[in-house]
Amino acid sequence: MAEVTIANYMVNFGPQHPAAHGVLRLVMELDGEIVERCDPHIGLLHRGTEKLIEYKTYLQAVPYFDRLDYVAPMSQEHAFALAVERLLGLEVPARGQAIRVLFAEISRLLNHLLNVTTHALDCGAMTPALWGFEEREKLMEFYEGVSGARMHAAYFRPGGVHQDMPKGMDEAIHKYMDRMLKVVDDIEVLLTDNRIYRQRNVDIGKISAKDAMDWGFSGVMLRGSGVAWDLRKAQPYDGYEKYDFDIPVGKNGDCFDRYLCRIEEMRQSARIIRQVIEQMPGGPVASEDRKVVPPKRGEMKRSMEALIHHFKLYTEGYHVPPGEAYAAVEAPKGEFAVYLISDGTNKPYRCRIHAPGFAHLQATDFLSKGHMLADAVSIVGNMDIVFGEIDR
Amino acid sequence: MSESKALLREQEQALRELGEHVAAGLPNDVIDWTVAKGELTVNALADRIVKVLTFLRDDGNCQFAMLMDVCGVDWPEREKRFDVVYHLLSLKLNHRIRVKVQTDEETPVPSVTGVFSSAGWFEREVWDMYGVMFSGHPDLRRILSDYGFEGHAQRKDFPLSGYVEVRYDVEQKRVVYEPVQLSQEFRRFDFMSPWEGAQYVLPGDEKAGEGAK
Repeated sequence: MAEVTIANYMVNFGPQHPAAHGVLRLVMELDGEIVERCDPHIGLLHRGTEKLIEYKTYLQAVPYFDRLDYVAPMSQEHAFALAVERLLGLEVPARGQAIRVLFAEISRLLNHLLNVTTHALDCGAMTPALWGFEEREKLMEFYEGVSGARMHAAYFRPGGVHQDMPKGMDEAIHKYMDRMLKVVDDIEVLLTDNRIYRQRNVDIGKISAKDAMDWGFSGVMLRGSGVAWDLRKAQPYDGYEKYDFDIPVGKNGDCFDRYLCRIEEMRQSARIIRQVIEQMPGGPVASEDRKVVPPKRGEMKRSMEALIHHFKLYTEGYHVPPGEAYAAVEAPKGEFAVYLISDGTNKPYRCRIHAPGFAHLQATDFLSKGHMLADAVSIVGNMDIVFGEIDR
Repeated sequence: MSESKALLREQEQALRELGEHVAAGLPNDVIDWTVAKGELTVNALADRIVKVLTFLRDDGNCQFAMLMDVCGVDWPEREKRFDVVYHLLSLKLNHRIRVKVQTDEETPVPSVTGVFSSAGWFEREVWDMYGVMFSGHPDLRRILSDYGFEGHAQRKDFPLSGYVEVRYDVEQKRVVYEPVQLSQEFRRFDFMSPWEGAQYVLPGDEKAGEGAK
């Protein structure tokens, strides 16, 4: 038989592809079905958030953070609020902190429900996605209850949260957690021992702890490789040290371990949520510093001072003393951080947004080299990427 | 409240010790260091950045094994107008450190991709947004902006609205690029009150100035 030379060929994957999780374009070099090289092209959803924030007051910048990782909006606002508070030296009252923790954990549930189930969809399982989205809808009703918006809440403001929870919501959330845990169990029944799901994920996208650190991984991507690192434990913010919860850690650093970590994190989130509700302190939900936090409408009707504050805060906004702060939160996807530089005016001089997905996606080439094309889909799906935050 | 203040003071003390250790370990590379708001900032020389980050990664008292972020900052009024800011994290010591270097439009900063793999895309983004060059980077392409984009969008002298806009042209059956046309003039409101040092002549004050002459 005559010798034939087989050349590698290039495949363009995305940007319009259901498994691309948004607008990811992968230029892949394939040898047969083996991935030789994988070059992600990003930026198709680039909106210039960081630049836009430089032209907005600190309060006007808050809604931009909902639109970054639109799967778990409040976690992003959290980082921004913490950064501004650190620059202002502002203390958040206990109830405001507790409500923030409560909704940060609801955001984590929202995120993991979406990621686990759509990743299952990438691997061929249809049912979890349908079940997960139903629960997401119910969780988003809680979002709607406190902020009026299902997704783009603008609820965590510098100084606290925008308004108190409606009466009876804490009991409703507490009661709902029973169902939540049941759904997590159901999803696990469908996936954890499923032969196809295991074949698609065990030993796929393996990364050692050392490499994960070298690539700047955080969150589940780092914990899946056996590094017990969680900012909620290591550098607690907003009173996370008061709650009792465990950090699930993987062993093998493959897609399957990361999936298991996410499942367990959902249970731990439910545990935190219950504790928060049981220990919920009373008092104000936002700082009483009227030079930063606007007064409520009822107060405005009676007090001239409040009216002036309201007018000034919604036009000029507040001035933040010069300085810089790097505030990081354990967002569902990993370390989400805001690096804020203030020059003393009412607008940020520079607002750098560190998105965890950006660092994770960067390692696509490293993780998928030598795998089959179909595994690249599983790896990308398991990385938990959302283009809102990667492209910014 | 006082509890958190005491904790902050304790952290700052630890960071001060760390800052002294870094400055002693790299006497010719570090310009100065400060601790403010519970964060340690080290100013370093741009051409020594690889050495500084390698020291921070490998030294037993630092162990900053993770490079979390690299970003640019533009200070147009400065001679060396760009800051490149590196944020490192030590999982062992539970500390963060910020390393800053200065550069201008022409001088490249040595790439740290050899020290931390994660620097690759971060440096590409700084190049894309600010036009800071990195020497020795394996793949310094644009990352976030459009294919064929011109300029560096996050420089302070780049307008917020940009220069070109795109739309789909039905006749040509493709996306076309056109100069930006704003139906309303771009407005940037100045909320600075006149009592807080307005930088312009207040309306009605023009004559007062003439009279004084």
